[in-house]
Amino acid sequence: MTVAIGGWGSRRKPMAIVREILRSPVKDLTLMTYGGPDVGLLCKAGKVKRVVSGFVSLDSIPLDPHFRAARQAGAVEFRELDEGMFQWGLYAAAIRLPFLPTRAGLGSSVREINPELKTVRSPYDDGEELIAMPALTPDVAFIHMNRADARGNGQYLGPDVYFDDVMCGAAKRRFMSCERIVETKDLLAGGAVQTLRINRTQIDGVIEAPGGAHFTECPPDYGRDETFQREYTTSAKDEESWQRFKAEWLDVSEAEYQAKLRARRARSEAKPSEGDAAARKAAQ
Amino acid sequence: MSDATRAEICAVAISDNFRGDGEILVSCFGNVPSLGARLAKSTHAPDLLMTDGVASLVDGVQPISGKREAPVIEAWMPFRSVFDLLWSGRRHVVMMASQIDRFGNQNFSAVGPHAKPSAQLIGMRGAPGNTISHPTSYWVPNHSKQTFVERVDVVCGVGYDRAAKLSPQQRRFHEIRRVISNLAVFDFATPDRRMRLASLHPGVAVDEVVKNTAFELAIPSDVPATRLPTPAELALMREQIDPEGFANKEVR
Repeated sequence: MTVAIGGWGSRRKPMAIVREILRSPVKDLTLMTYGGPDVGLLCKAGKVKRVVSGFVSLDSIPLDPHFRAARQAGAVEFRELDEGMFQWGLYAAAIRLPFLPTRAGLGSSVREINPELKTVRSPYDDGEELIAMPALTPDVAFIHMNRADARGNGQYLGPDVYFDDVMCGAAKRRFMSCERIVETKDLLAGGAVQTLRINRTQIDGVIEAPGGAHFTECPPDYGRDETFQREYTTSAKDEESWQRFKAEWLDVSEAEYQAKLRARRARSEAKPSEGDAAARKAAQ
Repeated sequence: MSDATRAEICAVAISDNFRGDGEILVSCFGNVPSLGARLAKSTHAPDLLMTDGVASLVDGVQPISGKREAPVIEAWMPFRSVFDLLWSGRRHVVMMASQIDRFGNQNFSAVGPHAKPSAQLIGMRGAPGNTISHPTSYWVPNHSKQTFVERVDVVCGVGYDRAAKLSPQQRRFHEIRRVISNLAVFDFATPDRRMRLASLHPGVAVDEVVKNTAFELAIPSDVPATRLPTPAELALMREQIDPEGFANKEVR
């Protein structure tokens, strides 16, 4: 199964859904994503056969150690595309075109890594030969928005929608989690009309999942949990560290996960540590 | 005698590398390029556009260290607009390179065989599209035989030999302008577009560059020295753009 995951790096990722996939029996996934910890977690759990992306990064931590380990073990195929080509493939699918032409990729190893790529010649006087980036059609797309209504209209309140709308346009089935479901009439109370970037033709199901992007950022609702992200990367140190992290945060329900986070925040507010101060600063 | 640090000399070389670029977006990776681009915008290139690293274009020059005031935003620049803008050509990027070869092919994706790399790095990002669409330069803070290699394992940024195999139309926007390392400045002003030693940072000998480069460089008989910062440039860098010296931490 081919799964598109919205967000970018460690930013507004549908992590509650990723955690649910971790609890499920599915495997052999092909991920299409502007990759962040969604990739590392799913690779570490043995769910991934192939990653289609331009990068995998945690932003404040440049590389995801779990993705690196999976790649260096030869366990996961990495279909690398230039990040603009990747958008082009999703957009071609979203507007029902077989391909979109681009110069990006010419001359680079993109051609060797993706041998199925073909070129197309402009039918006009210029006759330029371009890469025909084929439509990328995920079986399912998952995104996370700040607000949504129950019918599938979605609103992002941060600085960038990334390519969430394009992924929902491209995929056969589309699911949106959100921080809060509100009445349709209340959507505009949160932001100007252009923040209503997802419309209900693009969505098959809505999930209310407060904290559902944690530990990635979801501004203005919350910033990245840098302390947690460091614990996530540190868990790659050895099998024992991973098992401890997994037992604490992944072998639990979403409700337990969020309850544990609330308890932890309450503790750290009683006794602030340097890392939590940094996380709060990043959230501002 | 100037007391300029190596990082400051590199930043001035990066600043000079933006001369004549006009009203284009500058994207920088690394502290030294960030310092150099801001120095350019503060002096000879006020029309350059820069982002806040998130999704906005920032008016004026924001420091890279020390006290920062809330920036004045001049435009919205989400990733989608960055892609549109870079394909339009109105951009000059300074990327880093884990590996670079004599024709300027660059890699920051993976070291070793692609099916099972010995070191998985960040991935190609936008390097293929950048290099085929607009001027690209590179910053390598750790010049060694591991970074200046005979052959890169993955071609992310396209070099001159591979661009030469494309049609004149396909390569018409391709330009690798310069490579700036902690030792020297390089360009591709040779008949077959091989990397040429353009200037040596003060205190660096040709031998040191040769010894740390795994391929044969074009070396003119008389290699100039990279210019030193002027007192005004030093003051700008130290007092306004990088008062805590973040750039100095990036260069060995």
